[in-house]
Amino acid sequence: MARTSLKINGSVHDVDVDPACPLLYVLRDNLEMNNPRFGCGLGQCGACTVLIDNRAVRSCMLPASAAAGKEIVTLEWLGTDANPHPVQTAFIDAQAFQCGYCLNGWVLTAKALLDKNPHPTDAEMRTAFESLICRCGSHVQIFSAVRKASESMKRSA
Amino acid sequence: MSANTLTRRDFVKGTGGLLIGFSLADSAVLPCLLAETAPSTGATPSPARLDAWLRIEPDGMIQVFTGKVEIGMGVKTGLTQIVAEELDVAPSRVAVVMGDTSMTTDQGGVGGSNSIMWGAKPLRNVGASARSLLLQLGSRKLGAPVDQLETRDGIISVKGDPSRKISYGDLAGGTDLNEALKVSGDGFGLDVAGAGTPKDPSTYTVVGKSLPRVDIRPKVLGQFQYVGDVRVPGMLHARVIRPAAVGANLVGVDEDSVKGIPGYVKTVVVGNFVGVVAQTEWAALQAQKAFKATWSTPQSAFPAQQDLYKYMRSTEPKVTKETVRKGDAAAALSSAVKTVKATYEFPFQTHATMGPGCAIADVHMDGVTTIWSGAQKPHALRAGLADMLGVPVEKVRVIWIEDAGSYGRAGYEDTAADAVLLSREIGKPVRVQWTRADMTAWGPKAPAVSCDIAAGFDAQGTVTALQFTSHAFSGAEILPQPNSAGNFLAAQLTGVANTKTRDEFVEWGEMAIAYGFENVYANAHIVPPFADKSSSLRTTHLRDPEGPAATFAIESFMDELAASAGMDPIEFRLRYIDDERVKGVLTKASEKFKWDARPSPNKSSSTAEIATGRGVAIGIRGGTHVATMAEVEVNRRTGAVRVKRLVCAHDCGLIINPEAVRGTVEANLIQSLGRSLKEEVLFDRGNVTSVDWRTYQVARSGDIPQVDVILINHPEIPPSGAGEPSTRPTAAAINNAIFDAIGVRLRQAPFTAARVKAALATPVSVSGA
Repeated sequence: MARTSLKINGSVHDVDVDPACPLLYVLRDNLEMNNPRFGCGLGQCGACTVLIDNRAVRSCMLPASAAAGKEIVTLEWLGTDANPHPVQTAFIDAQAFQCGYCLNGWVLTAKALLDKNPHPTDAEMRTAFESLICRCGSHVQIFSAVRKASESMKRSA
Repeated sequence: MSANTLTRRDFVKGTGGLLIGFSLADSAVLPCLLAETAPSTGATPSPARLDAWLRIEPDGMIQVFTGKVEIGMGVKTGLTQIVAEELDVAPSRVAVVMGDTSMTTDQGGVGGSNSIMWGAKPLRNVGASARSLLLQLGSRKLGAPVDQLETRDGIISVKGDPSRKISYGDLAGGTDLNEALKVSGDGFGLDVAGAGTPKDPSTYTVVGKSLPRVDIRPKVLGQFQYVGDVRVPGMLHARVIRPAAVGANLVGVDEDSVKGIPGYVKTVVVGNFVGVVAQTEWAALQAQKAFKATWSTPQSAFPAQQDLYKYMRSTEPKVTKETVRKGDAAAALSSAVKTVKATYEFPFQTHATMGPGCAIADVHMDGVTTIWSGAQKPHALRAGLADMLGVPVEKVRVIWIEDAGSYGRAGYEDTAADAVLLSREIGKPVRVQWTRADMTAWGPKAPAVSCDIAAGFDAQGTVTALQFTSHAFSGAEILPQPNSAGNFLAAQLTGVANTKTRDEFVEWGEMAIAYGFENVYANAHIVPPFADKSSSLRTTHLRDPEGPAATFAIESFMDELAASAGMDPIEFRLRYIDDERVKGVLTKASEKFKWDARPSPNKSSSTAEIATGRGVAIGIRGGTHVATMAEVEVNRRTGAVRVKRLVCAHDCGLIINPEAVRGTVEANLIQSLGRSLKEEVLFDRGNVTSVDWRTYQVARSGDIPQVDVILINHPEIPPSGAGEPSTRPTAAAINNAIFDAIGVRLRQAPFTAARVKAALATPVSVSGA
């Protein structure tokens, strides 16, 4: 066990954990945050996605110690109830998702993609999302949400 | 989430409901005022009381209690709209409590796409009855006859004198607004009737509107809590160690292999069930990985995968059933001028939910047990877990909390049983998180299916005979209702037999309801299970249970017949279809798709490297009518199939929430596209080898076509289901489009590049006489 200092959602948390323990379990079990979510533990699905220094990262494979000193953002911190992030607004407007268990991956990957490339082509979007799973098959609405988000960024630019 | 251990009564008290008899106990006002009966902790409310279904809080909020649950398709929103409609309140004033066995009646849970079709009926009637009672109370309070009153937005007022008014909350909030209800049916068919009559659908103002789903916003904002977020004080974490192979017996465990892991607590061994329990999830995970157990080497449980269908057709059936005998198909077939025969094969598939299953169980010494689970039939789960524990059901409470989708008997039931067994042994609350491999490899499966079909034409080109034979594992070897101990993998591993199994067949009859051929003979064989217990290829319901496999066979075969007759696939079908609603969906889909009427295959693309084609298939399920059309590109060199477009016309009678239905149909189309092109459970002689998202492939972003859904609303027809029917025709529509593109017929799903290439190399010709 080792003291590890993690900056999560704007606050510093000192946790005493096995340095090899993946960030996912530190967030969920030590800090009782409900996002991200456990999907596969293999880095294959994206349900455990968090933003680290504004990159979409799978927290199920990343040792907590490797995230020390970096800016970690989880879904609940992306926007507030009164003021959701534009990407969240677009997903809500598109009524994307069935069960929604996968959406940490889709929303945060979309956010990171649009920050880098505000107007992705259809092919760029599909490539960015190829390693995410949505088992319910909500892709049509998800794509529509990302296009809406991209449009809203165009308007506000 | 803090542990929810409130009883229904506590909940009602806590939210302000008063538990006193109604002071206006006048039989004209309240037809039958019921005595207060406080249920014991685990008892399920009787459906015969109005307050088992609905309560009005002092602030006017309407609390609704239903045994139905939300598994991601928007049912909670639909039920909210239905109650709001009957009560004339804003939907935002309705809060729905779902699936807690101590707070909700047993409505059979979710299944059969019938939550709106049947499950909403008692709620509609209860809403109407509550409104009727409120009007009677309002009549006394406002001193005006009921027929002079109107209700709007939770307020009763006198017609023409709106200053004389009272809100539902002021009138009856927190009081025991109650009535004895007449109960009929049970499970899915449970219904109640009271004093009120539901509205005429032509007057609806809330039902039929695309209200945003109540759960989407909190989900997207990260505020939503799934069952995995339940944290019970003192809870330990566990993982389960699976047998080395199906049929293997535990020879020994080496606890030293995990004792050094910080936070490790205990290993639980009961028969062949092995679990490791730890203080933290990470410790449990490490223990699972490091654990050393010795297993016996059993005989191979499974045939080689490439021999599966041959095995299914040659094995002595467990049972055979004649499903249709109309006219004399054998005689008509022997006198036919042309016959067409084909065999279609559909693989084992699995739920592979996004979250692989999580449950928390708290079993006390006296048998009093609480389970938090996302299983879609919570009341049946309660009965099964009580059976497993050997305690009366009244001691057991299942608190349903949403998990990651479900799509049938997904395996969450088995996760719950794992947790119960471990908590019983440890004496503390235990949270079990299934791994991806637990769900994908060890979760239950949809049966593999083989169908042989033959048809005969007369000299005029009319189909006069049809024969259909299926060989399939039972669709309910594991009952979708987990109401006995033997239903659960954990219990089977401890030696409990699965005695409540059911033979569920793949039938021509119900699956091919649209077609009226003159002479039909159909029978169905059940292939016996590979192992009597603890098999990772045990079979049960997966979305639209036998529908996708049977419809793949039936609707592909219809296309073969159309091609053999040299007719356009739609024109051919319409010769044998009378049903106006089937014709309706075919017409709507054709218009949107811009269907080019001609026989298949498509002559103009048959030699190009990238061949394009279009196909159609229909599906009817529980009153819902679907026609799906697919446009595909097939790469003749690589064998890759790319679905470019799906058009689906969907008629489920009265639509409660169009956008929610559209979202669900779109998701059905994409999920079933994955099942058509990619999904196949892989196995070797002793184990399922599909263990993750690489070895069990589903639809991904690169696979997503343009999708157009046409919703046909019939307000005059009661609603039927939308949760599954649009899964049914997809495989056949895509397969027919592939044939149209390359002129070669695939008869085995999924349509992988390897299968397409193999079919192109050795085209299987239609056998004709």
